[in-house]
Amino acid sequence: MNLAIFLLALFDGVAYAALVFIVALGLTLIFGVMRILNVAHGSLYAIGAYTTVTLTGWVLALGFAPILAFPLMLVSAVLVGVLIGGPLEYFLLRRIYDKSEVLQLLVTFAVFMILEDVQRLVWGTRPYFDSSALQALGNISVFGVTYTVYQLILLPLIAVTLLLGMRFFLRHTLTGKLITATTEDREAAQSIGVDADKVFLFTFIIGAVLAGLGGALASPTTSILPGMGADMIVLSFAVVATAGLGQIEGAALTALMIGLGRSFAVYLYPEFSVLVPYLIMVVVLLVRPEGLFGTPSARKI
Amino acid sequence: MSTHKSKTATTISEPGKGHSVMKSPLSLLWLVVILVVMAVPIAAPSMKLLFTFAMAKGLGVLGVTVLLRAGQVSFGHALYFGIAAYAGAFLMAAMPGMDILIVLLAGGIGATVAGLFVGLFVVRYRGIFFGMLNLAFSMIFWSILEKFYHYTGGADGIRLERPNVFGSAMNHTDFGLVLYYMLVALMIGLGWYTMRWFNSPVGQLFQTIKTNETRLEYLGISPKRALLSGYLLSAALCGVGGVMMGMAQGVVTPEYVWWVRSAEMVFIAVLGGSGSVQGAFLGALIYEAVRTYASVYAGDVWQMILGGFLLVIILFAPGGLIGILQSLFKRSHDKTGGGK
Repeated sequence: MNLAIFLLALFDGVAYAALVFIVALGLTLIFGVMRILNVAHGSLYAIGAYTTVTLTGWVLALGFAPILAFPLMLVSAVLVGVLIGGPLEYFLLRRIYDKSEVLQLLVTFAVFMILEDVQRLVWGTRPYFDSSALQALGNISVFGVTYTVYQLILLPLIAVTLLLGMRFFLRHTLTGKLITATTEDREAAQSIGVDADKVFLFTFIIGAVLAGLGGALASPTTSILPGMGADMIVLSFAVVATAGLGQIEGAALTALMIGLGRSFAVYLYPEFSVLVPYLIMVVVLLVRPEGLFGTPSARKI
Repeated sequence: MSTHKSKTATTISEPGKGHSVMKSPLSLLWLVVILVVMAVPIAAPSMKLLFTFAMAKGLGVLGVTVLLRAGQVSFGHALYFGIAAYAGAFLMAAMPGMDILIVLLAGGIGATVAGLFVGLFVVRYRGIFFGMLNLAFSMIFWSILEKFYHYTGGADGIRLERPNVFGSAMNHTDFGLVLYYMLVALMIGLGWYTMRWFNSPVGQLFQTIKTNETRLEYLGISPKRALLSGYLLSAALCGVGGVMMGMAQGVVTPEYVWWVRSAEMVFIAVLGGSGSVQGAFLGALIYEAVRTYASVYAGDVWQMILGGFLLVIILFAPGGLIGILQSLFKRSHDKTGGGK
C-alpha cells in the first residue's frame, strides 16, 4: 500500500464517516431522549436525498447557479424533518411510548415499510444522480492525491460543527437543558412545568432533520436508488450501538472507526468492505455489551 | 379456508378454558382445517404453490414466535432460513441425487449449529440489542453470500437441484406434491412439538424470561441457558422452513438472508398473534396471499398496505389475528353458553 492509496482510503473513510455520523447523530439523539429506535430513520435519510436532487434539478433547470444546491440541501432536510418527522411523532409515536420496546421497534418498522413505497411512488425506481454541488466546489490536491473539496473538507466540517453544536445546544441553551431534564426524569420535569410532549416532538423533528440532512449531503456523492434507506439504517445503528445508545461524542468516534475500517477494507480486501462495520460492532459488543461509551444500567429488582 | 383454520386455532392456544365443552367440536374443526389444507392440491391446484410457500415461511415464523414468547424479537432470523437453504443447495451440488430427507436433515442441522454459535453470543442481550445483534449476524452472512460469488453464486444465488425421494428421481409435479405433504406433516408435527415444548419445564423457564427474569436467577437457573434452548429451537424451525422453501423454489439467493426478510417474519408473527403457534401459520398464509395478490393488483403499494396493516394490528389489536378470532369465538361461545 503506497502513500497515494493510503491517503485515498483515509479521505474516503473520513468523508464516509462524516455522512454516517450525521445520520447516526439523529438516531442516537432520538433514542437517548425518547428511548425509541427509529427504523424509519433510514427512510428519512433516503427521502432527504431524493428531495434534494429534485429541488436542485428544478432550480438548476431555471438557470440558477449550482452553488444554490447548498441552501437547498438545508431546505430539504428541514422539509423532511417538519413535514414527515413532525406528524410521525405527533400522530403515531406519541401513542406508543408506554408500549414495550419490541412493539415500538415494530411500529417504526411499519412506518419504514410505508415510506419505502412512498419513495417508490413519488420517485420511481430509476436511480438519480446530481453532482452539481460536488463540482461547484472543485478539487483539492493533497500530497499528489486529488480529492473533492466537498467530501474532504465540507462534509467533515459539517459533521464536526454538528457535533460541537449539539453539545453546546444540550448543555448551554434553555431548550437543550429542557431536553436533558426530560431525558433524565420525565415525571420530575413535567412536575416543574416542562411540556414533555413538546420536548419530544421537538427532539424528534431535530433527529429527523439530521437524517434528512445526511441524505441531502450524501446525494451529490452517490446515486440515489431504492434500498439506500435500508442500508443506512442498519449501518447507522451499528455506529450507534457500538458507541453505546444515546452517546453523541461516542457516535462520532465510532463513525470514524467504522468509516475508516470500511474504506481501508475497500482497498485492501474488497470482499470484506461490507462486513467491516458489523464485525467491528460484534467485536466491541462482545467485550463491552453496553457499547464503547455506554454505562451499564442498574438492574431493577 | 382461513376462517376454518383460525377457529380451530382458538381451541389449541387456549388450553384449559372450558375444556370439556369446547374441546370436541373445536378439535373437530382443527381436523377439518388440516383436511382442507390437505385437499388443496387436488381441489384447487392453482393454490398449491401459495400454500407451499406459506407453510415453509410459516415454519420460519414459528421460530420467531418461539422467541416472542420470551419477549425477545430477532431481526435476523432469516439467517437460519438462508443457512439451511444454502446447506441444502451445497449438499445437492456436491452429491447429486441425495435423498430429500437427508437434505432436510442437513438444513435443520446446519441452522441449529449456526444457531448455537450465534446464540452463545446473543443470549447475553435483551430487547433492542438482542434484535439488532441478530440483524448484524444475518448481515454478515448476507454480505459473505453476496461477495464470495465463486462459491455462492453472488446475488444470483445457486440452484438447489431436485433431490430424490426414497431413491427415485421425480418429475416436477410429483415432487411438488411430495414437498406439499411433507410440509403439512412438518407443520403438524413441529407445531405440536412446539406447543408441547412451551408446556415443558424448559419451555416454561424460557417464557419466564419475558415475565420475570430476575426470579429465574433467584431460582438458581441461568436465564442465558434457558434463552439458548429456545434460541436453538427457533433456529432449527427456521432452518427446516428455509430448506423446504429452497427445495420448493429450486434456487437459493442471498435474498433469503436479507434483513427485510427477517423483519417480515417478525411482522407475520405479530400479525398472526404474537406467541401463538397457529397464528404463525395463519399469518404466513394471509401474508403470502396478500403479497401474491397485492403484487398483481397493487404492485407499487403492497408494502405500504402491509405496513398499514401492521400499525393497525399493533395499535388496535395487539393480540393479532388469533386474538381477534379468540375474542370473536369467546363472544359467540358465551352467547350459546348463556342460552342453556
